[in-house]
Amino acid sequence: MTALLDIRGLTANYGDFQALFGVDLHLDAGETVAIIGANGAGKTTLMRAITGIVRPKGQIDLDGKTMTRLAAPDVLQQGIAMVPEARKLFPSLSVEENLLIGAHTRKGNGVWNLETIYALFPILQERRHNPGTALSGGQQQMVAIGRALMSNPRVLLCDEISLGLAPVVIRDIYAAVPKIKASGTSIIVVEQDIGQALKIADRVYCMMEGRVTLTGTPATLTRAAIHDAYFGVTP
Amino acid sequence: MNLLDTLVQGILLGGLYALFAAGLSLVFGIMRLVNLAHGDMIVMAAYLILGVMNLLGLHPFVAVLIAAPLMFAVGWALQTYVLNRVLGDDILPPLLVTFGLSVVIQNSLLQSFSADSQKLTAGAIEAKSLALGPIAVGVMPLLTLVSAVAVIFALNQLFYRTALGRAFRATSDDATTAQLMGIRPQSVFAMATGIAMVVATIAALYLGTRANFDPSIGPARLLYAFEAVIIGGLGSLWGTLAGGIVIGVAQAFGAVINPEWQILAGHVAFVAILLLRPRGLFPRAND
Amino acid sequence: MANTSSSASRSLPIVLGLALLAAMIAVPLVAPRAVTQDLFGILTLLVLAMNWNMLAGFAGLVSVGQQAFVGIGAYVMFAAVILWGFDPLVGVLLGGVGAALFAIPMAFFAFRLHGAYFAIGTWVVADISRLAAGQYKALGGGTGTSLPKGTTKDMFGVQFLKDLLDVSSAAAADAMTYWLALALAVVMLVASYLFLRSRAGLGLQAIRDNMQAARAVGVDPLRLKASVFLLTAFGTGLCGALIFIQITRVTPDAAFSVLDWTAFVIFVVVIGGIGTLPGPIIGVIVFYILQRLLADYGTLYLIVLGALGIVVMLFSRSGLWGTFSAKTGIDPFPLSHRPPASLRVQPVPSKAVKA
Repeated sequence: MTALLDIRGLTANYGDFQALFGVDLHLDAGETVAIIGANGAGKTTLMRAITGIVRPKGQIDLDGKTMTRLAAPDVLQQGIAMVPEARKLFPSLSVEENLLIGAHTRKGNGVWNLETIYALFPILQERRHNPGTALSGGQQQMVAIGRALMSNPRVLLCDEISLGLAPVVIRDIYAAVPKIKASGTSIIVVEQDIGQALKIADRVYCMMEGRVTLTGTPATLTRAAIHDAYFGVTP
Repeated sequence: MNLLDTLVQGILLGGLYALFAAGLSLVFGIMRLVNLAHGDMIVMAAYLILGVMNLLGLHPFVAVLIAAPLMFAVGWALQTYVLNRVLGDDILPPLLVTFGLSVVIQNSLLQSFSADSQKLTAGAIEAKSLALGPIAVGVMPLLTLVSAVAVIFALNQLFYRTALGRAFRATSDDATTAQLMGIRPQSVFAMATGIAMVVATIAALYLGTRANFDPSIGPARLLYAFEAVIIGGLGSLWGTLAGGIVIGVAQAFGAVINPEWQILAGHVAFVAILLLRPRGLFPRAND
Repeated sequence: MANTSSSASRSLPIVLGLALLAAMIAVPLVAPRAVTQDLFGILTLLVLAMNWNMLAGFAGLVSVGQQAFVGIGAYVMFAAVILWGFDPLVGVLLGGVGAALFAIPMAFFAFRLHGAYFAIGTWVVADISRLAAGQYKALGGGTGTSLPKGTTKDMFGVQFLKDLLDVSSAAAADAMTYWLALALAVVMLVASYLFLRSRAGLGLQAIRDNMQAARAVGVDPLRLKASVFLLTAFGTGLCGALIFIQITRVTPDAAFSVLDWTAFVIFVVVIGGIGTLPGPIIGVIVFYILQRLLADYGTLYLIVLGALGIVVMLFSRSGLWGTFSAKTGIDPFPLSHRPPASLRVQPVPSKAVKA
């Protein structure tokens, strides 16, 4: 079975600084994959390379179609949407408008629309006319997720959605993930919170300094192995 | 009654300045672009209306309907092929490119049409006036103000009630994240400049019917337009209307004291307001 | 990128420069008056360009209002001569001082604004000064006034030159103003170079590149920018006054012309290479060549100039000199510094991690 998203030998640079050193990764249809790693491991760079904000070298295929050098708007059109790190909501838009803009160029053919997003996150319906950024952190995260879902993507990338949120709020947010999975979306979750990642993922990749250092299923990975791969083996 | 009359004339003049400024405000608000050729493009639109009038024997109010889509195309092309290449964090390249454009447009118009004064003749309506209470108000100036309000109202509707307007605001907030939504900032900018040129054509209609014009009057119009935009505050179209009226009223009162002081009075008002509020009267919260 | 300058590669430009300077000094003595007058125009434009380059290219203050200082310099000089009976050369000095004094309230207002607002703000203030000058009835108001006949003949030093060189007083006056313009240009060039290589100059370039970071290392942006603003106002005012000694007639529109004193200046700097020292020199040369070639074509000349400016900004932002210097590595006025030997760092090999 060919993977839905297949990444091979990906490298990426910021000017003279190399951030990714030949990353291999794949996502099967319907899967939830977690990428864990410390700050600076290259996780966000990987997300930006997939979505076309950073132009990588190597190979990125979506359902067999080459996507490596596509620009960000085209990547969205093909069906990969991202919940960006730090949410990046539009301050000049209301909650509802932030959601609507997610579907601005691609509506896709799936279950997600304004109604179903409000059903997923009811609090947002109450706050629909608030400016996008006049919400609590957790609510903003819900808007960001909803916005990405509005394009009914085939692959949803979630970049550090638990960052800066209280554990109770994180739980609420992650409670939505199974529902998103049930709608047929394949998900990649980038997380610093190892426990949360292991709970929801089918498979896990660990990154460090721009390389994949460990991969496996939550069942087969020991805490010790993860620890070593996360922080690096000290000689 | 003199005071009231001056005030009314000032407000009406402000309507014209608001029309000059509205297109500029749109472009400046969305992409932080300082288009130093904006005044010259209004003049160019006036010549275009004149050309259409002469070619097809039309009244200016009809000619503007043909000139407007043409100017839209001009603005769209300008943004796509020239200005999109120089937009970025540095304000100098767009400033210099539009400065160059200003010189090229002025002198091309000079070359093509000579320095002779031209006018768009609208016929009998130019002399008509209405009695509003104790004041006699010219129909054309009133129409100008009404058009300014209508244009700004329409632009606001576009901005706040349409998908395109959402795209404008999102791109203005964060062009990179807007791309993640599938929006192409370059296309959004081109639309914005195109629309700004349509507004400029409407401004040109009222500029050309109100008084004589020639290739050299662009830069002064630009200055009044910018004063209006800056006084109003970045990103606020109604603020731009307010700014235009402030300049108009200041100029009207200046002129009443001494005709040579008209423009000076406008400038002084600009400086005074900025000394108190460096970001203008109604700036957007997030800048 | 070869920025190290050996003593050999540094002395050649200096020798060439001195030779050129000697030739320039000799011009009024050997060349026809028309050449002297042309070169005067080139030199004064160069001074204006160097000032604007320092302001916009190095200090990051993109002003569209320098014409205010040209006009004020001219008007103060005219007042000095006509109203207060001073020698025109003293008037030039007073012109510079007057411009610098006006720069103070102008800075107070303009520095509250940033970026595009700053540019428009300076333009508005310059327009205010134009309109105010037009109200100054003692100097002709809106229609302006002329220097009285024979003023330049009685200028300090002209009589001496006339006798020394055995030429008409008009030619002697031309020579005088020419040498003053040359002196102004050379002083400006040397002063700019020394300033930019000094600590203050380094701080200025740091501000231009990243104001936050510069503040974090103790640079005071406001003081530096204000100093540059005032000093370039002084230089521009001196130059403006000098220019109008030659023109002999002043009107508000001519003295405060945006086209002559700002648009042309900006084009010269941009085409030559903004933010570089040789840039304005190259730009002025290109400007004059174009002017000679297209002298008969009036508006076409301006269209070509405008189009050239656009093309340079679209495809070659560092201008003619910037592009040339980047490609060849030649830089007679190096502004970069090498860290002292003790602080130079050895590259560290990165640790590879086995997966």
